[in-house]
Amino acid sequence: MNAPTPGTFQSRHIGPDAAERDEMLRAIGVPTLDALIDQTIPPGIRAGAPLDLPEADSEAGYLRRLRGIASNNTVARSYIGMGYYDCITPSVILRNVFENPAWYTPYTPYQAEIAQGRLESLLNFQTVVKDLTGMDISTASLLDEGTAAAEAMTMFHRLQPKKAPAGQESVFLVSDGCFPQTIDVLRSRAEPLDIRLEIGDPDSLPMDKAFGLLLQYPDDRGDISYLPAIIEKAHAAGLFVAVASDLLALTLLKSPGEMGADAVVGNSQRFGVPLGYGGPHAAYLATRESFVRQAPGRIIGISVDARGDQAFRMALQTREQHIRREKATSNICTAQALLANIAAMYAVFHGPDGLRAIAERVHNMARVTEHALGALGFTQTNAAYFDTLRISGADVKAVRKAAGKAGINFRYVGTEIGISFDETTTIEDVTAVINVFAGAAGTHGTPVFRQGPFELKAPSVLRRTSPYLTHPVFHSHHSETKMMRYIKSLERKDVGLDTSMIALGSCTMKLNAASEMIPITWPEFSSMHPFAPADQAKGYAQVFRELEDALCKITGFAAVSLQPNSGAQGEFAGLMAIRAYHLARGDKARNVVLIPSSAHGTNPASASMAGLKVVVTACDSNGNVELGDLRAKAEQHRDRLAALMVTYPSTHGVFEEDIKEICTIIHDHGGQVYMDGANMNAQVGLTSPAAIGADVCHLNLHKTFAIPHGGGGPGMGPIAVAKHLAPYLPGHPVVTVGGRKAIPAISAAPWGSASILLISYGYIRMLGAAGVTDATRYAILNANYLKARLHGHYDVLYSNHNGRVAHEMIFDLRPFKHAGGASIDEQDVAKRLMDYGFHAPTVSFPVAGTMMIEPTESESKAELDRFCDALIAIRGEIQAVMDGTADVKDNVLKNAPHTAEEVTADSWTHPYSREQAAYPLPFVKANKFWPSVSRIDNPYGDRNLICACPPIEAYADSIPK
Amino acid sequence: MYPTDLKYTKDHEWVRVEGDNARVGITDYAQKQLGDVVYLELPEVGRTFNAGDVFGTIESVKAVSELYSPVTGEVVEVNSGIAQRPESVNTAPHDTWMIVIKVTNPADMNGLLDSTAYSDLTK
Repeated sequence: MNAPTPGTFQSRHIGPDAAERDEMLRAIGVPTLDALIDQTIPPGIRAGAPLDLPEADSEAGYLRRLRGIASNNTVARSYIGMGYYDCITPSVILRNVFENPAWYTPYTPYQAEIAQGRLESLLNFQTVVKDLTGMDISTASLLDEGTAAAEAMTMFHRLQPKKAPAGQESVFLVSDGCFPQTIDVLRSRAEPLDIRLEIGDPDSLPMDKAFGLLLQYPDDRGDISYLPAIIEKAHAAGLFVAVASDLLALTLLKSPGEMGADAVVGNSQRFGVPLGYGGPHAAYLATRESFVRQAPGRIIGISVDARGDQAFRMALQTREQHIRREKATSNICTAQALLANIAAMYAVFHGPDGLRAIAERVHNMARVTEHALGALGFTQTNAAYFDTLRISGADVKAVRKAAGKAGINFRYVGTEIGISFDETTTIEDVTAVINVFAGAAGTHGTPVFRQGPFELKAPSVLRRTSPYLTHPVFHSHHSETKMMRYIKSLERKDVGLDTSMIALGSCTMKLNAASEMIPITWPEFSSMHPFAPADQAKGYAQVFRELEDALCKITGFAAVSLQPNSGAQGEFAGLMAIRAYHLARGDKARNVVLIPSSAHGTNPASASMAGLKVVVTACDSNGNVELGDLRAKAEQHRDRLAALMVTYPSTHGVFEEDIKEICTIIHDHGGQVYMDGANMNAQVGLTSPAAIGADVCHLNLHKTFAIPHGGGGPGMGPIAVAKHLAPYLPGHPVVTVGGRKAIPAISAAPWGSASILLISYGYIRMLGAAGVTDATRYAILNANYLKARLHGHYDVLYSNHNGRVAHEMIFDLRPFKHAGGASIDEQDVAKRLMDYGFHAPTVSFPVAGTMMIEPTESESKAELDRFCDALIAIRGEIQAVMDGTADVKDNVLKNAPHTAEEVTADSWTHPYSREQAAYPLPFVKANKFWPSVSRIDNPYGDRNLICACPPIEAYADSIPK
Repeated sequence: MYPTDLKYTKDHEWVRVEGDNARVGITDYAQKQLGDVVYLELPEVGRTFNAGDVFGTIESVKAVSELYSPVTGEVVEVNSGIAQRPESVNTAPHDTWMIVIKVTNPADMNGLLDSTAYSDLTK
């Protein structure tokens, strides 16, 4: 095989050059890369022919070609609304956050000591949401508004065991004033849990049997109702009430919390996040403090570090799926951290007065339009509104025609027309809107601007009087200079791929190339409303078509749904498709899903959400699925077997030889095989889910296909399915997508987070068939090189009979835990790596007391060597503790990470030197990263939950020094 | 060595028999397995459980586990103070009780382990 040609994208994406590759092969002890692959992947599943993908494009060529495709999108002025509103991303945020790898390349902040920047920003997000909704606490973002509403429903379901006993039918009430896509997502989540949705006018819905109610404020029409009466009625009947709401509207409106809501959900998109044809955006869920431990997703909290200083961390991590598995209360894992950070920065930049001014301006545009259209004889039917008018009495057909000519999209509902205004609306826009109506009626109209103080078109009880965003952070950074410095001050506290390699096993932290990222903020892609007419989105349609086709080729499957917004959502979508398939065949009893004990925790959580019963199957001492146990359990449940969920290569980092037989056993017993695509980076071009015998898989586009992790989201988890499952791919209530017998929507937007699909599209187009396949080969090369270099220092837990690992491997740290009173554990190693400038690998997954390392193809030999040198040096530090030459408690490992403040302090009492603490190897001096806090006290944070920005003085006293 | 005045279950709960009542907590072995306890979810007074039913959950920084009722009966007392100091499960496991159950099926008591049998189980 040839080395990557210099200057091609492949040569930029793949780390090792030809010379490095050959050195690495020698270290491993194989003659060629092909020989290594032959020793790694079982022959029975190898791809017979190269992938049939278009030729690789150069970076410049790709961007030129994409410009052409972008020009096939027509960006009309959108007044469609429905939860998506155009907005202005302040340039200082666009440049320094959205388009900045220091913000978009980090991982979820599990290693809190080197993630204090984005943790602070996410805490700002929680404070924004908490304040504006009037609730006690907020989570650190969810995938979209529909999902957030569904999570509120299932949270109430768990909190109401009397009214909604698990496994029995229960009732959830939904106002018909909710967005149609929200209701559809509720449908897909309610049905498998035996929750019956009753949709209608909330005043006439029967409450006696229900456990919860969802309202929307302002509602789907844009109308605003005063909610205390209905909420009181619901509470009296024993229901919990969730309210879907709009953060910008809440700067002017009485908050749902003040009206008694138990949870508030919504989308924060219009806080500076582009429309992106549906996403990614950060949704939110705010609730009562007493519900916090039932709340879905991640929550940022405050704790203290080893020196007693305040430090931020992800709170309540144990609720996550890797611990709770089938008892998990939600499968939410990937969130929308990057977008939540943009929304938080938008609030920091504008402050409460700025936000209110934006909201008032939006409202004034609506008021002016209402007056002008009233003068033309049209009727506006919303009694109270914030940004959305409902116009009746117009000739809809004529308006539609005139609007089309003027490049304007309204929302058309029967005989009425919806007009939603936003931050970008100008006086010229308003004039154009009025002209469209006037023209359709054959007259003329002009906007008349009211003089005098601002007045909200709503009864006074609906007007907001309570303060919000009183914390100093929302009052301190309103000039661009200050804002830029605030963003940078946070950024410097975090390790992303712009600092060093992040070898997180099962996360595939590969290059997120600039050429892949640049187009997502091109207006032709970023300013498209998700419900814009299809003829305006021809560019997007072409990208989706080509991407779906490529993903079909790569997986060997027949059809793809681009809708799921995360791997876990993909799992849920795939299982729901399997469920629909069994039901359509009259196979009503199939509700058992087999899951190997090594599976990722989201697997059992997703299965529970899909109403399936989880049966765990054993793994053998080599970490492989134990065939005997699998066969016995398949046999035992043969009439009820719905599916097997299996990760391939396994979560243990090995290509199991028996995979085809495993799939055959499941098929022979009437089940379907769901392949978790988390480890697809070891498959692309060399084997495929279809080749191993699976029926459906999801693809984590944020792992294998180069979407950045965003510091904890966004992500995308499209599913690919075999032909017989294609009819069940998810649909959408507003835009036609999915199969003939589509299951309801999984995401609020028809193509999920559409704009970031461009990243994966660019990845595939610029690498081509040979490039994506070489990416896989080099990922396997890099992993096996690491294994060879660390041989003799750490033991690899699992490898195949040739001694080869796939694209990742697990190193055992358990021997150090009880060796000679040393008690060094995986946390000590993880934190010590920070002193060397590295982010820890995945710790304690999938095996407690271990670390899992995945280098990816994008890291060069030089970086891999630095990482290995650090791990080998740490192994020496462990040995010193074990041998008694270093103190058992006061050593470099237990005290890691070391901050600059600590190392430069006048007093230094440790038995090792400052240099040993901070500059343990020569290379560290060249690129020193200083953790901003010492080791964080996790139990303290979980026992003393603080999940919003408190005034400095408020908690200074409560923290023991 | 485990206190001899307590009885034990295979699920690592301890039981202090007080007349008709059973006071319930988790053992030293259990707290060591869990690590730092940060939160407990306990039932309300008046709830009834069969032996082996889940009566609550215990959350540590490492795991969330379920708590199993060692006996059949009605909850007559709940240690509400535990919410303020969950760490006492770690520091004094055999003195930190969670609930008191009024036993309705005294035969359940016969199935409990004594200190020696439980010690053997955890070896």
